[in-house]
Amino acid sequence: MATTKTPAERRQPNRRKPRVYKLRLYVAGQTPKSIRAFARLQTLCEEHLKGRYRIEVIDLLVHPQLARGDQIVAIPTLVKRLPPPVRKIIGDLADTVRALVGLDVQKAD
Amino acid sequence: MAQRKKASQTSPRTLPKAPTGIQGLDEITLGGLPRGRPTLISGGAGSGKTLFGVEFLVRGATQYNEPGVLISFEESIQDLTKNAASLGFDLDRLVAEKKLFLDHVHIQRSEMEATGEYDLDGLFIRIADAVQRVGARRVVLDTIESLFAELPNPGILRAEIRRLFGWLKEKGLTAVITAERDEPHRLTRHGLEEYVSDCVISLDHRIREEISTRRLRIVKYRGSTHGTNEYPFLIDEHGISVLPISSLGLDHAAPDERISSGIAQLDGMLGGKGFYRGSSILISGAAGTGKTSVAAHFVDAACRRGERCLYFAFEESPRQIIRNMRSIGIDLEPWVGKELLRFQAARPTYGGIEQHLALTHQSISSFQPGVVVVDPVTNLTAVGTEHEVRSMFTRLVDFLKTQQITAVFNSLAAAGGSQEVSEEGVSSLMDAWLLLEGIQVGGERNRTLYVLKARGMEHSNQIREFLITDGGIQLPHAYVGSEGVLTGSARLSQEAREEAADTVHQQETEGHRRELERRRRIFEARLAMLKAEFEMEQEKTQQSISKSDLLDKRLLQDRGLMVRSRQADPASNKKKGRTPAARGR
Repeated sequence: MATTKTPAERRQPNRRKPRVYKLRLYVAGQTPKSIRAFARLQTLCEEHLKGRYRIEVIDLLVHPQLARGDQIVAIPTLVKRLPPPVRKIIGDLADTVRALVGLDVQKAD
Repeated sequence: MAQRKKASQTSPRTLPKAPTGIQGLDEITLGGLPRGRPTLISGGAGSGKTLFGVEFLVRGATQYNEPGVLISFEESIQDLTKNAASLGFDLDRLVAEKKLFLDHVHIQRSEMEATGEYDLDGLFIRIADAVQRVGARRVVLDTIESLFAELPNPGILRAEIRRLFGWLKEKGLTAVITAERDEPHRLTRHGLEEYVSDCVISLDHRIREEISTRRLRIVKYRGSTHGTNEYPFLIDEHGISVLPISSLGLDHAAPDERISSGIAQLDGMLGGKGFYRGSSILISGAAGTGKTSVAAHFVDAACRRGERCLYFAFEESPRQIIRNMRSIGIDLEPWVGKELLRFQAARPTYGGIEQHLALTHQSISSFQPGVVVVDPVTNLTAVGTEHEVRSMFTRLVDFLKTQQITAVFNSLAAAGGSQEVSEEGVSSLMDAWLLLEGIQVGGERNRTLYVLKARGMEHSNQIREFLITDGGIQLPHAYVGSEGVLTGSARLSQEAREEAADTVHQQETEGHRRELERRRRIFEARLAMLKAEFEMEQEKTQQSISKSDLLDKRLLQDRGLMVRSRQADPASNKKKGRTPAARGR
């Protein structure tokens, strides 16, 4: 079941460009790694992308067919669908700096 | 209950196996790959790993009703489908029929970052989903090791792949896992063989002397016996064919039936009945000794009996053979027209030795001939080493014998060399061996034929001259002189000499007889003459005797008259009286 979590603030209208981050986190059940990854992702987004991100968590145990579309092999995988280019971050996001590089966030901030 | 279950699953000692359907492979693995377990296929680039996997799935889906899943880590689905189509497999159709599921796992390293721990649950789920969609019994992972190039942390990856194999086994899936071999002694780059320990097959693609050969070897097969050789295999429009070096046993039937060689005098040399059906016959000789002609006789005879013949021509084109054989009075063309004779002509260098063998197998299987001619078998040495040719030969002979096909192999021997030695490699496989030789005598070369061996039948030990005439091959009567068999004009002159000697002898005898007759006649003539002389003498003598008697009488009479007339002389009377008394006595 795809759970869409939208944080309180949807958009900051006065920013130069409304760059909304569409993120998708692929997990397979409630494994410690997945839970860890989700928690770290939330913290990271709140810190750096407050108000302009959207996280979609996809549990492949529920929707196995979705793994093919985004070429998911490893779990957990975070896919940044927007803004382009599409990037993937594999792992439980233990290294915040690398995660931010992967999301092209540091430049933006 | 447990025991009964065990008994129902084949015999307790043999592992359950999943037939691959790959031609020849099930024969050397004695039934296929271990069922419900992963098998590692290791090979270098271009060694045919992917095709092996594809064929395993296609055969499974079409022949054994076992749907399959192909997870490709390298080629895209489109490429795979296209490549498979060139080998005669319609993957699209199988996918549409839900007998096959294809998935391309593709990770772009450039758009990826890695932080922290991960596992391969995503892949597990994809495989599980695919398996469930088609109800797969077979899975191919091609080539899972490429994940090492794309995902970080090899330690995790290795553990995860190990877990994957365990999972496949748990699900009872017969899996083929391909791996790239980078060094000759390492089967996989990342040591996968440690995890897939049930069955490991190594594929190899070598180029030797500009000719490529593919080889397959079963490195290991736990719990099963298997052929341990390197088996050549080839990839053609029918997929993979593995060619077992020889059948595992020597148990082919040996028919008693004899078939004519097509040359009456040659049959005569072979105990009067010709060759055994299903035997392998080697005809060896230098260039121009008439090998093809002898073979053509055999073919002609077989076609006359209504048997099908397959003629592998490696030197001449079919038209050329037909034309040339017509010149010696054998017309093969009608047999071609009646589909009793088929020519398969190709330059030996057109393919590797395995390809030739496989083509041979294929055409024999499709044409079902009773007689096969390979002319000449020696040309194949151009495409392989001596060892390879010998092993191919062994396999071919074995194959033909199991099919009870009578085979004629023409072998071109180097002029001047000792043929017995040069044919050493193949001759032991042969049941009969005809040696054709050109002997150089008195400024000419003549052909001779000799039955060097003929297993299981009495045969002539005579070296026979043979003539290729416009009426076919003739084996004239053998003239053996002090120098060996007389051939050609030596034979002709010997024939002439013998004839002359014969005539002289006859004349002599006749002369003697006439002489005797003459002598007899002379003798008789002389005898007659003597007799005549004698008679003449006798006559004369008698005449003279009677004449003298007459004279005596007259004398007496005369005397008496005189006495009487005289009467005066008594003394004379006494004399007279005495004389007639003496006469009367």
